[in-house]
Amino acid sequence: MTLLQVQNLVVEFPGRRGTLRALDQVSFDIAPGEILGVVGESGAGKSLTGAAIIGLLEPPGRIAGGQILLEGERIDQLDAEAMRHIRGRRIGAIFQDPMTSLNPLYTVGRQLTETILAHLPVTKAEARRRAIALLADTGIPAPEQRIDHYPHQFSGGMRQRVVIALALAAEPKLIVADEPTTALDVSIQAQIIQLLKKVCRERGAAVMLITHDMGVIAETCDRVAVMYAGRVAEIGPVHEVINHPAHPYTAGLMAAIPDPMEDREMLNQIDGSMPRINAIPTGCAFHPRCPQVFDRCHVERPELIDAGPTRAACWLRQEATV
Amino acid sequence: MNTAAEVKTEAVASTSTTADAPLIQVRDLAMTFDVSAPWLNRVLERRPRQLLRAVDGVSFDIPKGKTLSLVGESGCGKSTVARLLLGLYTPTRGSFTFDGQDAHAAFKTPAGNVLRRRVQMIFQDPYASLNPRWTVEAIVGEPLSEHGLITDPVALRQRVGELLVQVGLAEGDRSKYPHQFSGGQRQRISIARALATEPEFLVCDEPTSALDVSVQAQVLNIMKALQKKRELSYLFISHNLAVVRHVSDYVGVMYLGRLIEVADKATLFATPRHPYTRMLLDAIPKMHATGRARTPVQGEVPNPLNPPTGCAFNPRCPLANDRCRNERPVLHLAGTTQVACHAVEEGRG
Repeated sequence: MTLLQVQNLVVEFPGRRGTLRALDQVSFDIAPGEILGVVGESGAGKSLTGAAIIGLLEPPGRIAGGQILLEGERIDQLDAEAMRHIRGRRIGAIFQDPMTSLNPLYTVGRQLTETILAHLPVTKAEARRRAIALLADTGIPAPEQRIDHYPHQFSGGMRQRVVIALALAAEPKLIVADEPTTALDVSIQAQIIQLLKKVCRERGAAVMLITHDMGVIAETCDRVAVMYAGRVAEIGPVHEVINHPAHPYTAGLMAAIPDPMEDREMLNQIDGSMPRINAIPTGCAFHPRCPQVFDRCHVERPELIDAGPTRAACWLRQEATV
Repeated sequence: MNTAAEVKTEAVASTSTTADAPLIQVRDLAMTFDVSAPWLNRVLERRPRQLLRAVDGVSFDIPKGKTLSLVGESGCGKSTVARLLLGLYTPTRGSFTFDGQDAHAAFKTPAGNVLRRRVQMIFQDPYASLNPRWTVEAIVGEPLSEHGLITDPVALRQRVGELLVQVGLAEGDRSKYPHQFSGGQRQRISIARALATEPEFLVCDEPTSALDVSVQAQVLNIMKALQKKRELSYLFISHNLAVVRHVSDYVGVMYLGRLIEVADKATLFATPRHPYTRMLLDAIPKMHATGRARTPVQGEVPNPLNPPTGCAFNPRCPLANDRCRNERPVLHLAGTTQVACHAVEEGRG
């Protein structure tokens, strides 16, 4: 059974000048233990998708359609209190900036034991023992001493390790990680990604990894969803999407990334930029920038269809199969 | 590697082999910040003065029309080098010679304005570096009127239009405000402003790290095309090795305020010598799986207020021995690469 199903999710922001549709019919699912990457440029809606799943959409943003199912049970209509029990216990969250996810006034030990006690039926002593084990598992040296330290006494990389420990504290089945390494240096980034992969595999937790870094996706994920202007443009096994992209946007994105292993005189560029959500073009949202655009793209909006090993929202694929 | 051919030299960069002197010559540049507690605290709590050596003896050359990139992790001093070259800081030690002229002496005199015209900059964040209340015309035109290059308003208007077209914007964009542009377009406005005074040397501090990949490609392509057309020299500061590989001719790797390896791009990426450079290259996530597992860099950058003795990298280095812990290595030639590492010098690397 799939762990998480997102079906035709629509997120809207009502405003004075009409309602803005930030996510439009987003669908995907995550299997238990799987790592799904969600990649896209700023404003594509990747973080918003994560926020909708963990029930932390900022008002006035609201889910205006579709549904989210966790282990077959709808979670998109739960009230705040019920959602609070799911967050932490069944879905853990990791955010970009480790300093904002930790309370600077409490020791990391208190934050960890509090989370464990809130969600699991254990004694205080047992919670502390587990907290130390978690810190050890996430590669923090001398966890017996470090547990009584405050967040400011940790470096950036170490803080992100604490955040990972915190997300794993109540043994959730799913971790939503939104740009977990973006604020870190390259060398620390590699350590954190490997750690995240290792601890989730050991515990059988699935991960939804939101990032703009295609290299991180390539090294970490099983499948990847490429988002563009609030929709999923392509989804499929990570190496298929990277090596044989079916959507022209994915292809353009891959070619625009400088490869550290190869020399090129000029990078391929996609002209223009992503539309703002108040001015999404008709038909396929990518058509003004698409090198392979044709008549149908201007008027009709493509849905995800099978395109070999991946699924792509592109009329070219439709034509190819007909 | 051919260790017999290694020649020990002074820490003097010679990235260029051309007979005439390179446009930019930096020798033993250093910047020390005093980060001591206030005087009263020092007296009452008997705390010593504390000095932060942000840049500690950096030397390099940039020939005309070429790009030198400085890479390193946060706090390694790369942005401080940029500010030193722009004259925003006065160095504690060392010199920066631009076209045969001592730049830091010149910055202090009225003639310094001529030099400022020839050395311009592009900043990281195009949201912070453009005044939101100014039109694009005012932003791009300011250096021209400030340096007294164009005083006639009609000519100024026309010149701003030309500059905008050069960076791929439209002439009509000059009456708009920064908020009407996307991040990539704003960075092009920054480039147009930097190019206004027809500089020969551009200092670019992380010019694309705030941009999305597809837009980053646009900006990098424009920068490369302009370099070709106008024989610009770039100092390109970045932490992204893939971008550095794309734009550079020469690459310098910095660690805790010092250059630890300088080489031409092809050599550095094909045969990195310093263990830190090798670790950095290893740490880049690869798009196309090479099949081999990466070995992530161990440990973290030490506190620059209290750097390790000897080689600053020794606590994280797999090759460190007693000499590395006690004696600080200087740059020496290994093949065509300049590297500051005892292990490479002794042939242990």
